[in-house]
Amino acid sequence: MASLIRTEKEVEGRYTEQWIVVEEDVLEQWPAGPRGIVGRAARRVDGHERARGQATYTADISLPGMLHAAVLRSPHARARVKKIDLTKARETPWVRGAIGPDDCHVLEREPSFQGAPVAAVAAQSAERAREALDMIEVEWEVLEPLLDPDEAVRRESFTDEPRLYARGDVERGQAEADVVVEGEYRTQTVLHNALETHQSVCRWEGDTLEVYTSTQYIWGIRDEVAETLGLPPDKVRVVCHFMGGGFGAKNSPGDYTFIAIALAGQTGAAVRCALTRREENLASGNRNSTIQRLVAGARSDGTLTALSGEYINAIGWDGFSGPTYGPMEMLYDCENVRTQTFGAKLNTPPNAAFRAPGFVEGTFGLECVLDELAAKLDLDPLELRRRNYADHDLVEGRPFSSKNLLDCYRLAEPHWARRKEVRARSDDVWKRGVGLASQVWYGGGGPPSYAWIRVGSDGRATVVTAMQDIGTGTRTAMAQIAAEELGVPLNQVRVELGDSARGPFASISAGSSTTPSMGPAVRAAAADAKRQLIEIAAQRYHLEERVLEIKDGQVISADGGSWPLEEVTGLLEDAQILGKGARGPNPTGMRVLTFGIQVAEVAVDVETGEVRVERIAAIHDVGRIINPLGAKSQVEGGIIQGLGHTLSEERLLDPQSGGTLTQTLDAYKLPTIADVPEIICEFVDKPDEHLTNLGSKGLGEPPIIPTAAAIANAIRDATGADIHSLPITREEMLRALRAAEERRREPERVGAPPA
Amino acid sequence: MVELRVNGHAYELDAPVGRTLAEALRLDLGLTGTKVACGEGHCGACTVQLDGVPVLSCITLLHTVGGREVTTIEGLAEHPLVDAFVRADALQCGFCTPGQIVSAAALVESTPQPTSEEVRHAMSGNLCRCGAYPRIEEAVVAWRA
Repeated sequence: MASLIRTEKEVEGRYTEQWIVVEEDVLEQWPAGPRGIVGRAARRVDGHERARGQATYTADISLPGMLHAAVLRSPHARARVKKIDLTKARETPWVRGAIGPDDCHVLEREPSFQGAPVAAVAAQSAERAREALDMIEVEWEVLEPLLDPDEAVRRESFTDEPRLYARGDVERGQAEADVVVEGEYRTQTVLHNALETHQSVCRWEGDTLEVYTSTQYIWGIRDEVAETLGLPPDKVRVVCHFMGGGFGAKNSPGDYTFIAIALAGQTGAAVRCALTRREENLASGNRNSTIQRLVAGARSDGTLTALSGEYINAIGWDGFSGPTYGPMEMLYDCENVRTQTFGAKLNTPPNAAFRAPGFVEGTFGLECVLDELAAKLDLDPLELRRRNYADHDLVEGRPFSSKNLLDCYRLAEPHWARRKEVRARSDDVWKRGVGLASQVWYGGGGPPSYAWIRVGSDGRATVVTAMQDIGTGTRTAMAQIAAEELGVPLNQVRVELGDSARGPFASISAGSSTTPSMGPAVRAAAADAKRQLIEIAAQRYHLEERVLEIKDGQVISADGGSWPLEEVTGLLEDAQILGKGARGPNPTGMRVLTFGIQVAEVAVDVETGEVRVERIAAIHDVGRIINPLGAKSQVEGGIIQGLGHTLSEERLLDPQSGGTLTQTLDAYKLPTIADVPEIICEFVDKPDEHLTNLGSKGLGEPPIIPTAAAIANAIRDATGADIHSLPITREEMLRALRAAEERRREPERVGAPPA
Repeated sequence: MVELRVNGHAYELDAPVGRTLAEALRLDLGLTGTKVACGEGHCGACTVQLDGVPVLSCITLLHTVGGREVTTIEGLAEHPLVDAFVRADALQCGFCTPGQIVSAAALVESTPQPTSEEVRHAMSGNLCRCGAYPRIEEAVVAWRA
């Protein structure tokens, strides 16, 4: 029976309450540990398709008569379009359509960042379209941009209301502390640079708008496009079968989708609007830079008595002010915490969620200041973290649904114990050391999410759900869950996803939520199909249902009978068994979070400032692991992105004009295969007994969170230098080394006569 | 007009000024396995082999490859590296993967038993934003396993 319940949903720390309908009987979780299929390494079910170049990405969609769009973007960080004339562009022979600020709501008359879209054309080829942009005549009034985040806070130029959080009494906590450490930490702007750029192909098919798009959220695109255009949602069909990476930047339709729609409307043809790599690095979102002014106080035994942070998120012109404060409020058992967060509105490109937004930045500051505290207290950094272990959530005052961070710490010990041996390998030039950092994040997923399963007469099953696989391997994980529950081999299951017109509602692939949201729905659908198969088998073989089960593709009875599943399903000829499943609610009154720790080993050339990361051990607690092979890839990928964030990546702006200087992949330095250290990946792998019929949490984001702080803390261990700014370029490394050297000399000056 | 061979088949193609090999492969021949991710020779996603040598097809002009043999990922569909990549989970979103495999195929042709160091050197021009690098290294080193 369908039951209507009210429940809480969380994506990246943003909670909403909503009604959901749950139809399924509650399934017991499987016991912990690897099963026949779930919990065992599975190769990607779409691996060959992708590897052979046979997978069709949005970039590969070519529709009959398709035109290509190009977008005129503001060359100025802040300007006013005094006059715009599209006549010449429209008269260019190969141009089929041209639109300006009056024709599409995303085209701006007062662009407020370099790269803001102003006009667009459609032509027979992308090259012709780009050429035609020169035919658009614009008269600009260039205005003074606001670029400095501190100045924005002074002028109260905010994207969001400033946020204040306090528990306990921070002043009292500081007074009670034996040691207080203060520091200012800065993180840089980082660009997503998924290799498939943001793009959409749009066309009208009768009264239905088709949107082929590279997206993390098929249903979100459908709803936003429908709402913007005033269409019923089922008149918008969104398709994304294969997707070339998103990392948080592809959750919304974006200007390119609406431009393609407007030009498709004007020309009556299908229109592709694909960002170039340079546009990608200008106008498709970024991880915003931050300034963090932090204070931490502790008693001599290491007990934290006060934590406070002032955070400035340099958001840009638009976007959301992420939870940079999150780790400070959530990671430790500290009674007195105060955070203040400002989202600075600037004439710079808007931010977008980027893999654990806020927490990557906030963990860098918090975990570095904690190590400075440990040094002053002369306390082992791992021990300091143990002593401040939070056994319940202090923000909401709720129990955790599960937390195995102490197990992570225990598993980290052998890696942490290597530091004596690592340090001993230092020489005059290369100093070596070990550092660690801890991590908290969301990742529980939530309802609503639905899946269907159909089983054909050949005994093969197809999972149907309109979710997306953005490269994380969710197709494979869903196939494993369905095969496990149905009792059929993995190669008997297909997963059909990626089309809002061809399957039920599925969750966003963001906030580490796909597996914990979709997995339970897929299992429920498989259980529904299996129940029906057993009912049919019972009638066919004149046995009671309770003595039957399905295993390895065989219907098995308790008395030793065994029949191939297709013998049962074969009775049906072309008929199909249909199972359906829904994601149930999250546990009431509990906080569902993910935890972990990483231990980094570095070598620092103290003469040149070169930093080499030699080894990172990662131990994460995300509940039950569905596919250990895919999970390992997620962890390695997160750490490697974290490595880029820590050492080489930085969007540079011209400080006068606000223009982006790093628009190409030679200027913006992504990690290469040659930069990758040894990575060790371990999981606690205990199902969260309170969370769904799987006990699995998400893993997309946790691995990128502690990497920067672990590396910075390893640098401190190696050299005594305190890193306060990312990326740790040679310049920053040498600055930190000089500052450490000056600190060491300071005591000598005590009592010396003034110069 | 330019005559060239692609994956063993002969083709005659229009070569207007500025036409790149990547455009010809993807748009004229429909060989969309070759991906274009940056369009200016910085990322390696568009790698194809020209007479067995890896080149960046997005910055190779079509009119310069007359009479040459081009091998794309479609021509390497049965190469053992494809299985090796899937076995090692050496791909996530997969957008860079065809280029990775084309580069790796040229490497193992000249160096059948590459060391990790040789793989890291030869493959450093193929960017992977998902960070599948450790798995790629494993796949190429153990490509014949």
